[in-house]
Amino acid sequence: MDAASALADLTEISSQVDAAVLLDEGGAVLASTLEDDARSERIARTAVELLHAADERLGREGRSILRLEASLREGSVFAVREAGRSIVATTSPSPTSGLVLYDLKACLRSLEQADEPAKPEPRRKAEKQETADA
Amino acid sequence: MRRPLTLLVFVAGPLLYLSRRRGAQRERVHLAYDDGSAVTLARGAPESERLLELARQAL
Repeated sequence: MDAASALADLTEISSQVDAAVLLDEGGAVLASTLEDDARSERIARTAVELLHAADERLGREGRSILRLEASLREGSVFAVREAGRSIVATTSPSPTSGLVLYDLKACLRSLEQADEPAKPEPRRKAEKQETADA
Repeated sequence: MRRPLTLLVFVAGPLLYLSRRRGAQRERVHLAYDDGSAVTLARGAPESERLLELARQAL
């Protein structure tokens, strides 16, 4: 599964997500639900700054921030990072935070699973050829 | 004409003020760490202001 498909699945299952952007480790946009590239870039840049500011102010030794939720009157911003990738999503005001976070994590995990090399399928035993001796 | 206007000012005004105040009180930042711990910062906490400002830019 590629980044665009993962986001398409996310918007299909999560009606609360208005916009979502997937970022790589360096903060570059991997995929976005928005057609406006400039807005995707702006959200990505803001997400990177947001996580950086949170790390600076509230990061603690030996612990790193995995999830961030900023609730505002205008809406909410969620950022989740896992295995080198991050996803940021915006929602309308008062979303069901637990569900949104679950869906964002599921989106990142689906990408992670796609990265893993496919396991070889177990070999089937060759079917015995039945001879019609009878 | 004046009565409905007075009523509007004395009823709708406070309601609007209270709903805006409640909305402002709901503004917060919630952070979850990899060790399972979490922190919630309400608006007004020194660390939360910058984070809320950045989040506002994303919306």
